[in-house]
Amino acid sequence: MAHFIDRRLNGKNKSTLNRQRFIRRYKKQIKEAVSDAINKRSVTDVSSGESISIPAKDIKEPVFHQGKGGFREQVHPGNDQFNAGDRIKRPPAGQSGGAGEGEASDQGEGTDDFVFSISKDEYLDLLFEDLELPNLQENSLDKLVQMRTHRAGFCSEGVPSNIDIIRSLQGSLARRVAMTAGKKRELAELKQELIHLEQQPVPEQTRINQLLAEIEELERQISAVPFIDNYDLRFRNYEKRPHPTSKAVMFCLMDVSGSMDQATKDMAKRFYILLYLFLTRTYKDIEVVYIRHHTQAKEVDEQEFFYSQETGGTIVSSALKLMHQIIAARYSSSEWNIYAAQASDGDNWADDSPQCAEVLSNKILPMVRYYAYVEITNRAHQSLWREYEQLAAQFGNFAIKHITSVEDIYPIFRELFKKSANTTAQSA
Amino acid sequence: MTKPLSDGPDWTFDLLEQYREEIKRVAEHYKLDTYPNQIEVITAEQMMDAYSSVGMPIGYNHWSFGKKFIQTEQNYRRGQMGLAYEIVINSNPCIAYLMEENTMAMQALVMAHACYGHNSFFKGNYLFKTWTDAGSIIDYLLFAKNYIAECEQKYGIDEVEDILDSCHALMNYGVDRYKRPQQISLYEEQKRQQERADYLQSQVNELWRTIPTSEQQKRKKRPRFPSEPQENILYFVEKNAPLLEPWQREIVRIVRKISQYFYPQKQTQVMNEGWATFWHYTLLNHLYDEGKLTDGFMLEVLQSHTNVIYQPPYNSNYYSGINPYALGFNMMVDIRRICENPDDEDRKWFPEYAGSDWLETLHFAMQNFKDESFISQFLSPRLIREFKLFSIVDDSQQPHLEVSAIHDESGYQKIRQSLSAQYNLSNHEPNIQVYDIDIRGDRSLTLRYIPHLGIPLADSKDEVLKHLHRLWGFPVRLEQENADGSIVKLSSCPAAELDLEN
Repeated sequence: MAHFIDRRLNGKNKSTLNRQRFIRRYKKQIKEAVSDAINKRSVTDVSSGESISIPAKDIKEPVFHQGKGGFREQVHPGNDQFNAGDRIKRPPAGQSGGAGEGEASDQGEGTDDFVFSISKDEYLDLLFEDLELPNLQENSLDKLVQMRTHRAGFCSEGVPSNIDIIRSLQGSLARRVAMTAGKKRELAELKQELIHLEQQPVPEQTRINQLLAEIEELERQISAVPFIDNYDLRFRNYEKRPHPTSKAVMFCLMDVSGSMDQATKDMAKRFYILLYLFLTRTYKDIEVVYIRHHTQAKEVDEQEFFYSQETGGTIVSSALKLMHQIIAARYSSSEWNIYAAQASDGDNWADDSPQCAEVLSNKILPMVRYYAYVEITNRAHQSLWREYEQLAAQFGNFAIKHITSVEDIYPIFRELFKKSANTTAQSA
Repeated sequence: MTKPLSDGPDWTFDLLEQYREEIKRVAEHYKLDTYPNQIEVITAEQMMDAYSSVGMPIGYNHWSFGKKFIQTEQNYRRGQMGLAYEIVINSNPCIAYLMEENTMAMQALVMAHACYGHNSFFKGNYLFKTWTDAGSIIDYLLFAKNYIAECEQKYGIDEVEDILDSCHALMNYGVDRYKRPQQISLYEEQKRQQERADYLQSQVNELWRTIPTSEQQKRKKRPRFPSEPQENILYFVEKNAPLLEPWQREIVRIVRKISQYFYPQKQTQVMNEGWATFWHYTLLNHLYDEGKLTDGFMLEVLQSHTNVIYQPPYNSNYYSGINPYALGFNMMVDIRRICENPDDEDRKWFPEYAGSDWLETLHFAMQNFKDESFISQFLSPRLIREFKLFSIVDDSQQPHLEVSAIHDESGYQKIRQSLSAQYNLSNHEPNIQVYDIDIRGDRSLTLRYIPHLGIPLADSKDEVLKHLHRLWGFPVRLEQENADGSIVKLSSCPAAELDLEN
């Protein structure tokens, strides 16, 4: 007796839990790999998961096994040239040559990393695991003013193109029934009586004439009820409702003057990626505008933003002005959620800093949802920081932070958005 | 002329059943005694799941299975590896998995191979009979899975994972290699022990005790515990580790049981695969001769069969040791030949088998041997010539390798011997036993490694000791007993322990 069982419809993910266990156990290594991977990927590349590589030695499961050396004898097939007693030169170390079992991986060099892929969701989860993301969507709901038209029932007045024929005719039918029903009943009764009288052997002529006159009058009244009346007409009704837009634009502003080296830029890049990924969790369409500046500001693409070398002095306000122009031209603040992150080493023309504060407070901050300034430097703060400090005290959607090393980025990012959540809570 | 069965290529459940009926009929003709079959059709993804749970249809959860799964999945995706056509589980009823992608011909081959080949091997071979209980394994695995899940809830995933990690590190040492499983009851054991103790007591001569013993002798006399070295480290831990909680002992036991369950499979790879391959070949050929199978069907079967039993020569890029399917299949075929058409050489080498009933001899071989003994009993000179086997000695004392024997008159015996030794698990798995517990002192546990042919222990030993330390709870030492009787300390955990001693 045997029987066949069709298991194909059973779940195929029997191993999912074990896979999760694996990821859970190596979270530390995987997180390291994830944060390393940030540097390699483009800011806007979030559609893909990530290929994770963990040193194979970390995930080895140790067992007792034999090492190299000693006396071994091994039988091989396919002898084509050897005779008993032949001596063969030992193959050079490193090439396993099949002589020993399970040794190939013992040599440090031969060890490959354990590489595998995680999905986009797993990637984001790992990346944001420690971060308490504030709910920015709630924060934005009250201010977003894009209107969308929705159907909203029917009304009795409107333009002819919105007439709803079925509803209108239903009204007409109902009205006609309501206005004629009584008369029709009366008419039927009179007609009945008329027939009854006519069948009498001696018809009562006066009564018949009277009945005929009444019937004529009723029929006239019934036919006077119009088929359709203004009163019957129904129009489709529309109303406009405010709708939160799902569009967001993220401005990346960066100082590329001589004082910003590649390491500093990489730190800034990480920060931008975090912000971008974070925004993707809330908004569907995100555009990124890169503005780099030294004494003059320029809108550039990502590659140029992070990797092109330029030197010069530093006038921060040039970038702020350019940002304002771009917003005015392309990103109306009523339609777009505007976020900005500015990275700098804090260098600025001393005369320019008050101007920056002015541009920000008058033009930019009223329009943006959030503006984060990170200063990446080991030196003392300069005039720009002091100006911004005052702004931060005044505006809830403006925050400044100081980063000295790569490790600071996650915590700083968290702090920044925690602060934003608190201010919303207070204002709400 | 009988009407041949449809050869597909697509299979249906009806057709599978027809083929199975035919195969079963022929299998009975050849006296294959099997457990009832339970044949499950699964998809490729499910096959990967089955792979990563090391063949257990129900496995407890552990990250190492996840790692295995990720590896399998990656390799499969990159096309570095095909999936096996089948997996078969030593249980009653015998569960065999067929992959949905296979053609009808492949399904038939797999059924003949797994459901009648492997299945009858599981039922007939002495190792499986002795060590595994096919009837209860599924229940036991289910129990293990539930028990471990329960422990995870009660004591936390990390706690359980730690214990499992440590057990897995010692899994190969959770096996009784030499001891027979028929255990006398505890009562019986205690009674016998009491008898022994009484006897010893009766031998004590009180007068001798008045003679003062020297310090040296006193130290020597300290009774060792365990009195005999113990090879089954996990069993020893389960019974004797002082600090383990009951649930931890139970987990040690589960891992040990599962390890023991798989131990016969490790020892009979060549025989098991050879047997199953021989039977799918023989059964399907029998059906073909009866006219039940079409030519196209048979060609597909033979093509696949030929791939399975291909043995690349030592200098090929595809060479990775001796293919157990090739060796096993050819030995089975060769046994049949020796019985049916023996020549003078066979009569000289196999006087008791040459000319005997082949089916009986083959069943006898299947039932009573494991790879090691099977090869040393049945590997014929003719097969050694066909495989062109040669033996290489790698002695680390010498600057070169040496060919110790080839497929010639003077080499047959030697090659057979060393190939047999190659399949002796105890030559590969380091011989490590629990040697001593310092029960009067710090309760430290001492393992003793006895090298085989001077082969040292690999560096992973330090890591494994950490795991044993976790289970034992007190210091753990590892020492090596050399051929000349000298003892060398290899490692210890905690590591400081070693320094103090020196």
